[in-house]
Amino acid sequence: MGSVRRHIHINRDPDTVWALVGDLARQHEWFPFSSSRLEGTKRWMTTPSGITFEEDIVTHDHALRRFQYRIVGNPGITAHLGTCDVIDDGHGGSTVVYSTDMEPEALAIVVAGAAGEGLNKLKQMMESA
Amino acid sequence: MGRKILFITTDQQRYDALGCNGGVVARTPVIDGLAANGIMFDRAHPQNVVCMPSRSTMLTGQHVSTHGVWMNGVPLSSDAPSIATDLRRAGYRTALIGKAHFEPFIDPFLRFAENRIGSAGLETEMVIGEDGLPAPHRGFEHFALATHGGFGPFHYARWLREKNPEAAAMFFQVLDQQLQVNAGGGGDTNAPQVKHNDMPRELYHTEWVADQTINWLSSLPADADWFCWMSFPDPHHPWDPPKSEIGRVNWRDLDLPDGYIADATERERVLDAKPRHWRMWYEGTFISNYEAPAKWVPKTLTADNVREVNAMAHIENELIDEAIGRVLASVASRGWGDDVDVLYTTDHGELQGDYGLLFKGPYHTDSLMRLPLLWRPAASAKVAPARVSAPVGLVSLAATFASIAGLARPDYTESERLPVNDGEARGLGHERVLTEWDSVLFGKIVHARTICRDGWVCTAMLPGTVHDGTEGELYDLASDPLQHNNLWNSSQHAAQRDALLDDMWSSLPTRVLPLRPCDAPV
Repeated sequence: MGSVRRHIHINRDPDTVWALVGDLARQHEWFPFSSSRLEGTKRWMTTPSGITFEEDIVTHDHALRRFQYRIVGNPGITAHLGTCDVIDDGHGGSTVVYSTDMEPEALAIVVAGAAGEGLNKLKQMMESA
Repeated sequence: MGRKILFITTDQQRYDALGCNGGVVARTPVIDGLAANGIMFDRAHPQNVVCMPSRSTMLTGQHVSTHGVWMNGVPLSSDAPSIATDLRRAGYRTALIGKAHFEPFIDPFLRFAENRIGSAGLETEMVIGEDGLPAPHRGFEHFALATHGGFGPFHYARWLREKNPEAAAMFFQVLDQQLQVNAGGGGDTNAPQVKHNDMPRELYHTEWVADQTINWLSSLPADADWFCWMSFPDPHHPWDPPKSEIGRVNWRDLDLPDGYIADATERERVLDAKPRHWRMWYEGTFISNYEAPAKWVPKTLTADNVREVNAMAHIENELIDEAIGRVLASVASRGWGDDVDVLYTTDHGELQGDYGLLFKGPYHTDSLMRLPLLWRPAASAKVAPARVSAPVGLVSLAATFASIAGLARPDYTESERLPVNDGEARGLGHERVLTEWDSVLFGKIVHARTICRDGWVCTAMLPGTVHDGTEGELYDLASDPLQHNNLWNSSQHAAQRDALLDDMWSSLPTRVLPLRPCDAPV
């Protein structure tokens, strides 16, 4: 199992950050997807290369400011759990942590790279707003 | 009108692959001819022994610690310096045709320009430069990109799909379903990453790279100055040349390479005298890097596997030589024959059976580090042919290109240009060459630093997952050209070892921190 994690500190309060991160239909605005579609606890995320991932949302906890999802229905991905947490830093800012546990493990590294880019964009969006 | 530059690279090619370097199997008359009229480097090393870091060094003229591409999968920063940018600003037309690999291949998010350029079928992507003006990606106005097979977003794969939708599947499948380097085998001996490829030769990537180079050069006006990086994906695995060419070298007729130790007991004794990761990989108990198949155990490699892999590599090298011949003929037909500098090298070597191993990794011996490198200066420059024994690195290429173009050495480069003879090598300070290795793969961490000077190669294994910082390698290249006799722990050679290490640590650039993140396995 490939287990990866990226994080970033954002100079915005966690409720403000969560307002975007926790809106699961808007992840493509900060993560390098080209589109998102959300229907209940199902989500479909499409990459710029045209690959669509079908996902089950398994956690969407506003109090904890956490969402988790699994990629399903993809024969090339035999196990997956993605987790995103927005954590109060206690000083008016937030730390956003994006973790992925995944088989094939090689793909976890690719998701980590995308998460790193996404978190950087999220910080830019939040701090320039 | 100035001197034009044809920079030819192969991928994962050994020093002894070429006739001019003593190779006795592959016929490489075109490259040998360039060597006879140029400068041959007997001791050229890469600054890292896998693709992305090494290629980034070629482009930037920087060591790995500076450009920051510390392992495959770490993208070269989009604003990293590029000698192609300098040449373009000086009026050169610029192209990179074939394998680039400054950025990761596995990229479903299309985060990296090479993949965007390929998938959209573009020539390049414009970015805003330091001067606020748009400039092409890494200074190349024309990309025609390829890699080792027919899948993926690059121009070659798109072209191949148009020519023959079935053709991509004719190549050996480099990655398996788990996106690991495929441990499967084929050919006559079930050798790893070998396949008898049904692809017609005219569709093979070596031919395509040469054709694309000829096409691009043909598009230029006669008075243009140009820098063309022609980058062949071979003889990197998979070893799957067109089946029509397999008769060139019959693996059954091959002698085993000098570096292969046929006796298993002796082989394992040699491995055991090296730092522990050598034997651990051989046994399949420590797979530290992505570049070798995770599910393959080198100990299972047979002598016939070695023969067949070598035969395939020799065939691929012959195809490259012939492709270069076609390009040089085209250059001559444009009337440029006397005004073109040709530089030929590769990014790193290949174990190819040495020590009972294949592929590459943190194994800093001649198998991976001693590279073919030659520079055939333009006839108009009137540089006498020579052989250079001084140690040089690919880190000198960028400054060499600048020098050919009449430019001052760029400030960002970390080495003087290549010398044209040994006398000049001393004057330019080519006393040593350095190679770095860093890999972190799901908790498996390996760090190595190597210096080569005065006929010695010395490697320090830094603390990592299986090393405690006390292990290393020391070889006397004159008495031990195959590096079978590790003198690291020899009290008789301790002073030599320590002097080399002192020189290495004082010569390595300070590492730029924080480390750039690894964004893909390759």
